[in-house]
Amino acid sequence: MTTLAKTPAVADPARAARRPLHLRSLLGRAGVYAVLAVAVLTVVFPVYYVFAGAFMRPDEIASYPPAMVPHSVTGDNFSGAVHAIPLVRQYGNSMLVAGLITVAQLFTSVLAAYAFVFLPMRGRSVVFGLFLATLMVPWEAIIIPNYLTLSGWGLGNTYFGLVLPFLASGFGTFMLRQSFRQFPGELRDAARIDGAGHWRFLWRILVPLNKPALAALAIYVFLSSWNQYFWPLIITRTANMQTLQIGLSSLRDSEMADPGLILAGVVLSLLPTLALVLFGQRFIVRGLTAGAVR
Amino acid sequence: MPTASSPPEPRRRLGEHGLAWAFLLPSVVVFALFILYPLGRTFYLSAHANDLFGAPSRFVGMKHYTDLFASADFGRTLVTTGLFVLFTVVPGVLGALLLVLLMESRIRGVRLLRSAFALPFAFSVASASVVFSVFYNPASGVLNGLLSHVGLGPVGWLTDSQYALVSIAISTIWMNLGYNVLVLSAGIGSIPGEITEAARLDGASGLRLARSITVPMLGPSLFFLVVISTVNALQSFGQIHILTKGGPDGATRTLVYSVYEKAFAYGSSDFGTASAQAVVLMVVVLCCTAVQFGVLERKVHYA
Repeated sequence: MTTLAKTPAVADPARAARRPLHLRSLLGRAGVYAVLAVAVLTVVFPVYYVFAGAFMRPDEIASYPPAMVPHSVTGDNFSGAVHAIPLVRQYGNSMLVAGLITVAQLFTSVLAAYAFVFLPMRGRSVVFGLFLATLMVPWEAIIIPNYLTLSGWGLGNTYFGLVLPFLASGFGTFMLRQSFRQFPGELRDAARIDGAGHWRFLWRILVPLNKPALAALAIYVFLSSWNQYFWPLIITRTANMQTLQIGLSSLRDSEMADPGLILAGVVLSLLPTLALVLFGQRFIVRGLTAGAVR
Repeated sequence: MPTASSPPEPRRRLGEHGLAWAFLLPSVVVFALFILYPLGRTFYLSAHANDLFGAPSRFVGMKHYTDLFASADFGRTLVTTGLFVLFTVVPGVLGALLLVLLMESRIRGVRLLRSAFALPFAFSVASASVVFSVFYNPASGVLNGLLSHVGLGPVGWLTDSQYALVSIAISTIWMNLGYNVLVLSAGIGSIPGEITEAARLDGASGLRLARSITVPMLGPSLFFLVVISTVNALQSFGQIHILTKGGPDGATRTLVYSVYEKAFAYGSSDFGTASAQAVVLMVVVLCCTAVQFGVLERKVHYA
């Protein structure tokens, strides 16, 4: 008893973890691992199968029981996919459109966020409220008038039509405003004393010092533009103007496309996003949870 | 907080006011043209009949709305939309909660698990749906292949109206699981460590810890996730367009898909009816967002 009493009640996580393992908790532990293993397999399997199937011959994919590993690795699916739809061109379209939207949204959001944080303005909170209100309007609900507007301007089936509605973003402004607000006031004053005007301070000091937030926003915007579906589906008419996402969908609908071909197309479309997810995960987490932790 | 800098001379301040508006101008123009104007235009179109090419012809007031709510088809569309929300949000959020709680129970390889769950992020709605269409293929798909391997009959995943909506929901849950796990992990990360440790020292562990500490403390994150998942489900379009085109026999025709069909599919340009449906969609989504803001507002006041 005395020895026990002498032991101080330290809040030491390692100590709590070192409690002796009983059979019950061992079983519980095994259960935890089992459930997690099943979950991981379920989530990862489609990803694995996309890559495996892309290298399988048509008869292999359709075989019973289904093949899990390609027996004779074939690249036919890739060349088939590239020939079935103008995939290279659509790849370029997607890159161009997502790139333009990203650069433009970063630019307009930086300017707007700067105005909200560093410039005097009458009715600032009202205007900012309106910026936030744009986030609440579901794009699908206003897609008809936007289609009519852009077709009316003769911009249907053009790059302008694909990018114009997305050149500014309430979300980007909101996110950068949060980041700019943390900027130390002393640095701002020091720059001002050194004679830096607003423009110079913005691009020479503020933007370079907010690179992580800008990178997070850039990745987020690029991914969501790259992944767009509804708008490019209705605003484009010809295969040459379609984005990769619409191309994938038409690949699935085309008669000549067998599963391997479709999966090969998906593999190609995944390369940039997979790279972003694997190497930019830190930034993605930041961008995706920006709304969650207000 | 914005820095309160020394008050500059009036002329400069006037210039700064101008500069502020100049900086806001690009965003304001885009919002005015592509959000504000279309918002008004949607209401306008919804109150007008249109000719075959979609041009508004005459004012009909609320007729499109009364027609919609009187039609059995639209009722079915609303039910389908509700079911789709139910089928995606409930399992998606509960599944993510279970996984996050399990990952919290001091196991190895949590980082690896997080990376695995993040993989579906790389999939767009189109690529994920196209992949699932390959899985769901009744003859050559891997799902029926595996089922027949264990002696179960082929399932018409997308062709049987009983299963089609569930099949689309499954692919949607797969797509979003990574995001859900991420949000809840961030929420758990923000629970003060002392609280969990204190409970652990008091002998709470496993289920008891989850039920009494973790889940209640996760309340705000869970709530956020439910709202955002609901809004996302309401706006889902790509998976339906790719997997079923609203079929079989309208079994997967949700509100968004119905807007698309009326306005754009099969050469239809019934912008009046479609706009009325778009307004219904907007109202439903805005209600969800309003609930979220209302509750968050309360939370901020109490804090």
